[in-house]
Amino acid sequence: MSTGIQRRTLALALAAGLTVAACGSGDDGGGESAGGKITITVNGQPAKSQPFERKVFDADVAAFEKEHPEIDIEPREGFMDPTTFAAKLAGGQLEDVFYVYLTDPANLIARRQAADISDFVKDVPHYEEIQPELRDIFTDDQGKIYGLPTANYSMGLLYNRTLFTQAGLDPNTPPTTWDEVREAARKITALGNNTQGLAELSRNNQGGWHFTTWMYSVGGQVAKKDGDKWVADFNNDKGREVAETLHAMRWEDNSLGAKQLLEFEDAQKMFGAGKLGMFVGAPDNIPPLVNQFGGDYADVGLAPLPGGQGTLIGGEGYMLNPKATPDKIRAGLTWIQWKYLNPDRMESTLKSYAEQDQPIGLPTAPPNAAADVWTGELQEKQKALREKYANVPVENYQAFVDGLTELSKHIEPPNAQQVYAALDNVMQGVLTNKDADIDTLLADAESKVNQALAQVN
Amino acid sequence: MSTTVLAPPRDTGGPPAPADRVGRLRRKVLDNLTAYGFLCAALVVFALFSWYPIVRGVLLSFQQVNFITDPEWVGWQNFQTLFADPLFGIAWRNTLLFTGLALVIGFAIPFAVAVVLNELRHAKPYFRIVVYLPVMLPPVVVAILWKWFYDPGPGLFNSALRLFGLPELSWLDDTGTSMISLVIVATWASMGSATLIYLAALATIPGELYEAAELDGANVWQRLRHVTIPQTRFVLLVMMLMQIVATMQVFTEPYIMTGGGPEDSTVTLLLLLYRYAFVYNDFGTASALSLLLFVVLGAFSALYLRLTRTRS
Repeated sequence: MSTGIQRRTLALALAAGLTVAACGSGDDGGGESAGGKITITVNGQPAKSQPFERKVFDADVAAFEKEHPEIDIEPREGFMDPTTFAAKLAGGQLEDVFYVYLTDPANLIARRQAADISDFVKDVPHYEEIQPELRDIFTDDQGKIYGLPTANYSMGLLYNRTLFTQAGLDPNTPPTTWDEVREAARKITALGNNTQGLAELSRNNQGGWHFTTWMYSVGGQVAKKDGDKWVADFNNDKGREVAETLHAMRWEDNSLGAKQLLEFEDAQKMFGAGKLGMFVGAPDNIPPLVNQFGGDYADVGLAPLPGGQGTLIGGEGYMLNPKATPDKIRAGLTWIQWKYLNPDRMESTLKSYAEQDQPIGLPTAPPNAAADVWTGELQEKQKALREKYANVPVENYQAFVDGLTELSKHIEPPNAQQVYAALDNVMQGVLTNKDADIDTLLADAESKVNQALAQVN
Repeated sequence: MSTTVLAPPRDTGGPPAPADRVGRLRRKVLDNLTAYGFLCAALVVFALFSWYPIVRGVLLSFQQVNFITDPEWVGWQNFQTLFADPLFGIAWRNTLLFTGLALVIGFAIPFAVAVVLNELRHAKPYFRIVVYLPVMLPPVVVAILWKWFYDPGPGLFNSALRLFGLPELSWLDDTGTSMISLVIVATWASMGSATLIYLAALATIPGELYEAAELDGANVWQRLRHVTIPQTRFVLLVMMLMQIVATMQVFTEPYIMTGGGPEDSTVTLLLLLYRYAFVYNDFGTASALSLLLFVVLGAFSALYLRLTRTRS
């Protein structure tokens, strides 16, 4: 088969890429130019296809360099790409300051692929005012610190207010329990014309991620510490409750649609096209729903995750290259704090975003300088400024903002990607097989998750 | 380039004296200097992009690496991790199933199409182009196109089934049909090349053989069985070998279309390898898996070539 040749070429190219990377310079360079100036490479620069965001980033680099003449920033396009991370690291091409999702730090710390910044963090202003559960994600068992969180999200329920109205539901009182979600999904599906009540994801580890979110919402979890060991914790009544609800919605109510093995983009497309009533997601979905998928801010409502027990939190942050010198680490932390964790820039950034018709008032970043990572006074200040400059219908998200305080927030399980891969099967089983044996699905996934967690132990 | 470069080696016969031998070797090297020069570039590229990564991959199978500190030798630990993974056995089973189905469907159909095309008296070039067209589509485009065909709601196939009042299928969303659905896609996308090769082989069969068979009263099936297949046997064997080696490395279709689901029914060896390397960041275990696949395919290829040679 000719595609076979292409596959082999791809595999060869990947292997060759790694090798060439391994044979690469292997050297970050001193990074110190004449005159004692420190040069650091940083990623996170938006692509040229996002001209506004890129302009803001480049302007920030210029402003930072003016304020810190001793530091020279070399910006690089892109964020975290797991497919190239190892090759970049091996070839000495990884940026000094690199972006991570909050699922990444645990593995990077375990593999010693990020710098220990414990001795430098004391000089980072406002570090102690960052939400402790976010700081913990970058901290190992010995209390050593490896990075800074710069934005976070909590999972909620996105819903289409127009479809709610058409289905005779009140868009101002979104569902608060899974039974209410089920009822609303039934009514929305009954509108016909390929309209679907709820969409759930089930492939490429996104199913496992959502199953975990559902477990948190009903007061469960997917992994727990048993002594000093992590073990699976979903093959129980809570796990069965979640799986049975999903199975019933798919096969009894037909409110989850016939097409399965969905990913986030599939749900966003359906939602933007006005064909989907609800999906579980974070507030950062709202701008792409409008800008990329043809949605409208007025149509999008956001509710806290139903179930009332808890929600999953995630987000992003920055870590430092393990080969970075102490001077580069100091310079890198200065950049991260100035750009992403800078209360002094909160108002000016919000104002400039609002002036350029960027959405302000969503319960999430952007802009990064006003990211939702703070506690105490800074959190209050941020909320007040966000309200002051709001240009989106904030009342549509008020239920989410109010309800979030009631929910306990849980981070993702250890070895998250492997755990999610195993849990994908539970979602796929209940969503694609009418005769699914839920007990067997949970038991099979439990054995796989225990194996994944054994690597952490 | 001088013509001497392409000249065959001269053989004067009889054991040469040592001085003669050195002189002849020197002459041979000088004669072929230009060829060695050209070969050198290819060898460097092969060494850098093929052989060195293979050797490095073998070493990685026995190491744990983080690309920061020195690699740590871990013996057979990566293989133990692999054998303890329930997906390892599932991936082998799925890959062999894909290969088996691809042999039944993807091997027989192009040959049958080639035979039919060979018999055409009109519009042969047109149909050859039609059959070959899908090969020109990028594999990712093919996978996305077929995802729509297979969509259980408004997809092409279920719409057609509905039109004829037939029961709809879940295609990719059903563990029973997901793998065969992928095989159909792979066959559709690649059969053009195989068909052209079979057509070329069919064109080399002397027409007298068919005439003689017809005079002997052979019907179409008998002509196919006693003339066409024996005459194209070598091409068929080579194509089968290539197909087995290629299909055991199936990746694009499950990666794009199913992500390995539903319920691991389309997790193939290369998809598992990809997950270890690029999702779990575990290059040691990924290399161990690639080494196992390499050994199995290598052994299979050697065995098959030997059989082919013996039978020839």
